[in-house]
Amino acid sequence: MSLVLDSKVPPGPLDQKWSQHKINSALINPANKRKFTILVVGSGLAGGAAAATLSELGYKVKCFCYQDSPRRAHSIAAQGGINAAKNYQNDGDSVFRLFYDTIKGGDFRSREANVYRLAEVSANIIDQCVAQGVPFAREYGGLLDNRSFGGAQVKRTFYARGQTGQQLLLGCYQALEKEIRRGGVEMFPQTEMLDLVVADGHAKGIITRDLRTGQIDAHVADAVILATGGYGNAFYLSTNAMGCNVMAAYRAHRRGALFANPCYTQIHPTCIPVSGDYQSKLTLMSESLRNDGRIWVPREKATAEKLRQGAIEPREIAEEDRDYYLERKYPSFGNLSPRDIASRSAKEVCDEGRGVAPTGKGVFLDFRDAIERDGAEAIKARYGNLFQMYEKIHGDDPYATPMQIYPAVHYTMGGLWVDYDLMSNIPGLHVLGEANFSDHGANRLGASALMQGLADGYFVIPATIANYLATQTPGSVTASHPEFKRCKEQVRDRIATILQVRGRRSVDSFHRELGTTLWDHCGMERNREGLQKALKEIPRIRDEFWENVAVPGNASELNQELEKAGRVADFLEFGELLCHDALHREESCGGHFRTEYQFTADDEEVRDGRTQPGEAKRDDTHFTYVAAWEFTDVGKRPTLHKEPLHFEEVTPSIRSYK
Amino acid sequence: MNLTLKVWRQDGPNDKGRIETHEARDIPEEASFLEMLDIVNEGIITGGGAPIAFDHDCREGICGTCSLTINGVPHGPDRGVTACQLHMRRFRDGDTIWIEPFRAHAFPVLKDLVVDRSAFDRIIAAGGYVSVRTGAAPDAHAIPVEKENADAAFDAATCIGCGACVAACKNASAMLFVSAKASHLNHLPQGEPEKHRRVLGMVRQMDEEGFGNCTNQYECEAACPKSISVDNIALLNRNYAAATAHEAAVAP
Repeated sequence: MSLVLDSKVPPGPLDQKWSQHKINSALINPANKRKFTILVVGSGLAGGAAAATLSELGYKVKCFCYQDSPRRAHSIAAQGGINAAKNYQNDGDSVFRLFYDTIKGGDFRSREANVYRLAEVSANIIDQCVAQGVPFAREYGGLLDNRSFGGAQVKRTFYARGQTGQQLLLGCYQALEKEIRRGGVEMFPQTEMLDLVVADGHAKGIITRDLRTGQIDAHVADAVILATGGYGNAFYLSTNAMGCNVMAAYRAHRRGALFANPCYTQIHPTCIPVSGDYQSKLTLMSESLRNDGRIWVPREKATAEKLRQGAIEPREIAEEDRDYYLERKYPSFGNLSPRDIASRSAKEVCDEGRGVAPTGKGVFLDFRDAIERDGAEAIKARYGNLFQMYEKIHGDDPYATPMQIYPAVHYTMGGLWVDYDLMSNIPGLHVLGEANFSDHGANRLGASALMQGLADGYFVIPATIANYLATQTPGSVTASHPEFKRCKEQVRDRIATILQVRGRRSVDSFHRELGTTLWDHCGMERNREGLQKALKEIPRIRDEFWENVAVPGNASELNQELEKAGRVADFLEFGELLCHDALHREESCGGHFRTEYQFTADDEEVRDGRTQPGEAKRDDTHFTYVAAWEFTDVGKRPTLHKEPLHFEEVTPSIRSYK
Repeated sequence: MNLTLKVWRQDGPNDKGRIETHEARDIPEEASFLEMLDIVNEGIITGGGAPIAFDHDCREGICGTCSLTINGVPHGPDRGVTACQLHMRRFRDGDTIWIEPFRAHAFPVLKDLVVDRSAFDRIIAAGGYVSVRTGAAPDAHAIPVEKENADAAFDAATCIGCGACVAACKNASAMLFVSAKASHLNHLPQGEPEKHRRVLGMVRQMDEEGFGNCTNQYECEAACPKSISVDNIALLNRNYAAATAHEAAVAP
C-alpha cells in the first residue's frame, strides 16, 4: 500500500510562501513553551543552531552528540564557505538567482518551495553569524569579502579563510554553551542515540548509550529532532570524520520513517588521492581552490605513464601537451563546474589512462599560473592552511609542483523524508541539515551545506515546530509507556548479540569490504549489472559480520570497537537500501550517474549542441519524483513511495555548463 | 618500517595506569600516525586482545579530538599540526615511540589515551560567546570591522580546543586556550559590550576547574597545532586587570 506523502507546501506565489506560512503557523505562548521538552540529536550546524535557538525561545531542550564536545561535530571540517544572496558584490545576485542555481545544480530533483525558502533565509544567516562574532574575511574598508564557488557565476560565498565551517560551528557552539549555562539546554556529550521511541504513532523519545560508562537510558520528550548528518561513511573511505554514521537516521527508518533518495551521493572532485589499504579516510581540498587552480592531465597516455613512473616532472610538460579538460569541455564554468560534473570528468580521463598519481587515479590541480599572476603571497593568504595540510599529508609542496587530486565521497543529498515543516512521516520526528533530503536534489552546490544546516537550525525549525507542538499536550507520554521499556530491551539485546559473536575479523575489515563494494558498484558510476551484484554481495558480508565479527571487551565500559560495530551493522543494512534506490532510478541525474542513461552522438540534444555525449540523461517523464522508501525487513526490498515534484516557477532543462 | 611502541594503558578513570610495549610491524611510511595505531589495533583485535583506546575523529586537523603525547610532546614532533596529521615518514625504522595521553589534573584519563576535556566547554559557557538571540541581528554590513582586527580575531579563533597547550605546560595552565577565545571576541565590536563579564567569567571558571597558573614558559605556543600566539595571553592579562578594576568601580 502506498502512503500519501503530503509535502504540505503552502499555497500562494513562490516568493510569498514562507512569509505567509509563518503568519499562518501556530504560536505557543512563552508560559507554555517551557512545558515542552525537545530532544535534539546532533550538535553540528543544524543541531547546535536548533538547540540554541529553541532554548532561547523558551523550550526545554536536551541535546546529544557522540563527540566529547558539541564543538567537535563534523560541520567543523567544512572549508570553503557559505552562500548567501546578499548581492554585496553588485554582480547581479538575488534570492531568485540563488534559488535557481541551487535547483538547477540539484538537477531539478528538489522541491521548489524548500529551495526558495533556503535562498530567502540565507541573508539572515550571515547577519546572525556576524553578530555572534564569526570572523569572516573582510576587505580593507571593513566590509565582508566574497569568493566564487562551483555552479555559480556570481560571487556570493562568504568565508573565513579555509575554515569557514569551523568558525560557523564555533559561533553556533558558543550560542549553545550560553544556553547550557542559562539552564535552557541540557547537554549530553559522548552519548549516542541507539533507537527512536515511537509511542502511539508519535516520536516521543530516544534510547541512548553513554559512551563513557555504557549506561543505557531512555529520554522522553514532546518532539524529537534528528540533525545527525549524512551517510557518506557507508563507503568506508570518505571525507567524513571517522565517527560519522547513519545509525540515528537508520534506526528511525526502521521505526517507520521514510528514507528519501539515498542514491544521491556526492563525490567531491578535489580530494587527496588514495595511497594504500591502510588508509582510514580521505582528505578534502576545498572547492575554493578551483577559483585559482587549474585542473589538467597530460594530453597523451604515454606522458602520463612517464609521470607515474617518476621519469618526468609535471613542470616539464609543455603547455600544448596539457589537457585542461574542464576548461575545454565547459568553457563558461571551466574549473568551477559543479561537483558531479568535475568528478565524473576526472574519472573519465583516468579511465582513459591519463591519470597522474602513482595509482593512475589522480589529476593535477595547478597553481602555477595563479602564482605567476598574483604572487605566492596572495595565494598563501587565500589558501595557506590548505596548502600546508596538503603538504603534510602528501609530502609535496603545492607552491612548487601541482597538487594531485581525485574524487572522494563527501556529502549525501538523500536523507529522511520531511515535509515543508521539516517533519518526517512520523509525527513529532523532525529532521534537519544533511540528515534530511530536502534542499539539494540530486547534487549539492559548494557552500550550500553550511547554508542549509544553519537555515534549518536557526530559522526554519524554530518557526515550524510549533505547528506540531500545538497539537500536543506537553508531557502526554511518560517514560512509563511500555514502548520505552521494549525499545530499551531491544537495544540491550542487540549489544549483547554483537558481543556474543566473539569472531575473528575486526569491525573495520567488514566496513572496508562494504565500502569497496559500494564504491565499485554504487560510486561515481552505476549500472544495473553492478548494482545487482552489490545487492548479492552486501547480504553476504552482513551475514558474515554477525557470525564472525570480533568485538572485545564488554558493554559497561568505554568500548570503541563496540561503538563502531553498532554503526557498521547499520551501514550493512543501509548499503542495500542505497543500491535498491540506485537500481530503481533508471536515469542519470546529479550525483547518480547510470552508465546506461547518458547522451550519445545520436541524440537530438547533442546534434543541436545543447549538450555533449557522455553527459547525464535525465528522464523527467518517469522520474520527476522523490523516492521515499519504507522499511520492510532486513534483506527484503523496501517499499517505494513517491512524492511527485511540481515545477511552477522553473522549467527543468538540460543542465548545461557549457 | 618496524617500530616499538611504549603505550600508556589504563582500564578506567579509577584504575592505575601502566606502560605497555607493542610492536608495530610493516608500517607504510605514507600512513598517518593514527593509521599506524589502527594497524596495531587490528593485530591486537584479531589476536583476541584489548585494543588501545585513543580519541580521534576528523583526522584532518580541525576537530581537536586527537590528543596524544608522542615522545613527550603533545601532538608529536612536528610544529603546527595535530597528531592526526603527523605521518610516519617523520619516523625511522627501528624507532621506539612513547605514546601517552594529554596529562593534566583537569583532564582526567577515561581510558588508555582518552581524557575528559569537558572543563573547556564549561569555560566557554562561562562567557566565551556574544549574547545575541537568533533573529536579533542587524545587517552584516551595519558595523564595518577594521581588517586588522578581523584578522586578529580570526587568528585567535582558529583554536581547535584540543588541550595541547595544557598538556605542554608544566603548570597545566589553560591560559592559551582561554586567551584565544577571549581575544577572538574582544577584538570585534560585537564582543565589546560583554568584554569585562567575559574575561572575568572565563578566568574564574578556569581557576575553578583546577588549571594551573601561567608562568610565561610559552610551551603552550610551541605545542599548539594552530600556532596560536602567546600575545593573546598578554592581552588577556591586560583585559583581566581592566575588568577587575571595572568590577570594583561598579560594585556597590
